[in-house]
Amino acid sequence: MHQTFDAALGINLLHANQAGANHNREHFDEWGITCLNIMSSPGAGKTALLEKTLATLSDELKIAVIEGDMTTELDADRLRQYNVPVIAINTGRSCHLDSKMVAGGLHQFVHNYNPEEFDLVLVENVGNLVCPAEFEVGEHGKVALLSVTEGEDKPLKYPVMFQEADCLLITKLDLAPYVDVNIDQIIANVRQMNPTVTIIPVSAKTGEGLDQWFDWVRQCQRSQSQSLSLQLPHTHTHTHTHTHPAILEQV
Amino acid sequence: MHETDMTRALLNTISDWWDAQPDRPVIEKVHLIVGQFTCVEPVSLQFAFEVQTRDTFLQGAELVIQETPLIAYCHACQQEYRPEYGLQYACPTCHAPMEDIRSGRELKIDRIEYSPQPATR
Ligand SMILES: Nc1nc2c(ncn2[C@@H]2O[C@H](COP(=O)(O)OP(=O)(O)OP(=O)(O)O)[C@@H](O)[C@H]2O)c(=O)[nH]1
Ligand SMILES: [Mg+2]
Ligand SMILES: [Zn+2]
Ligand SMILES: [Zn+2]
Ligand SMILES: [Zn+2]
Repeated sequence: MHQTFDAALGINLLHANQAGANHNREHFDEWGITCLNIMSSPGAGKTALLEKTLATLSDELKIAVIEGDMTTELDADRLRQYNVPVIAINTGRSCHLDSKMVAGGLHQFVHNYNPEEFDLVLVENVGNLVCPAEFEVGEHGKVALLSVTEGEDKPLKYPVMFQEADCLLITKLDLAPYVDVNIDQIIANVRQMNPTVTIIPVSAKTGEGLDQWFDWVRQCQRSQSQSLSLQLPHTHTHTHTHTHPAILEQV
Repeated sequence: MHETDMTRALLNTISDWWDAQPDRPVIEKVHLIVGQFTCVEPVSLQFAFEVQTRDTFLQGAELVIQETPLIAYCHACQQEYRPEYGLQYACPTCHAPMEDIRSGRELKIDRIEYSPQPATR
């Protein structure tokens, strides 16, 4: 009597986000921009790190920031004093940036600046240890921050972000003596699931370790732009001719 | 929180499928596969699905979530092992890092069960 049928779909839930991320990455590539996605729990020191990074690197690299502050312009305002474009994305109540939000930010960016002049886009994700790693935004590299005050066990409890990271910064190193933290244990825990990640302990306050971080960024930017120039010899100028899926245009 | 996003992605996909069916069938069950090594919490997803399908064509449809365990493969030992989520990810035998995840990263709409629209009178 009651007949049921079955339809096999086999579709990834994050398919739409992934497609949008690939689209963003194509734009970065055609502009010759390296994009880094900076992720951590709330307050681990993303904005403080960006401030130091802009202060040092904005002389040698042309940098723009996409700021995923949850609801305010506070972080964006802290960064604007370094005279780099800061595109603030109001993520509303979303707990992560997704590729559609970043596409919206990029549209704002190209309306106001010539993207071809830029080398590096730093994306400050929403403070959240759980899901930003699952939502690619078009980045070429993922940077995770873990502050010494968060405890050695966090990489084990929230493994996805640490497993996906290309660079892990152990932040607020100046506070380590006060909080009974075993940094070697943090490193060992992360290495269990990500043996190749670059791990750099840093303090935005004292400056310790920052030179190593700057070198990592330089190296990442250099190898990314080299691999691009291998792929696309600069024999033609590329204009943006493809049409955007509606989902990206409406932002 | 992002279970809302996940559910929206799920509803969009199902709605595309449904719109493409000539007879707009009644969807009874939606089967998902959710890996343990993802950021999705099945209980929250169930809840979001219930809330977000109210008063839609999916009202009353059941969400069936099959969870897949985290399984890794150790190349040194040439065997699969089950990391203890939250505690230990390295190979329990040789302590090599977890590099090759064989199961646990899935976030997939597997299939839909449906029945024909009941004849109206
Ligand atoms: N002692 C010390 N404090 C730091 C350091 N880095 C950041 N902080 C402090 O930690 C707090 C949070 O830093 P933010 O840079 O705002 O952290 P965030 O990750 O951007 O925070 P959200 O964007 O809100 O998630 C601020 O009070 C900073 O001054 C550091 O290296 N040492
Ligand atoms: Mg911040
Ligand atoms: Zn485009
Ligand atoms: Zn989220
Ligand atoms: Zn082994």
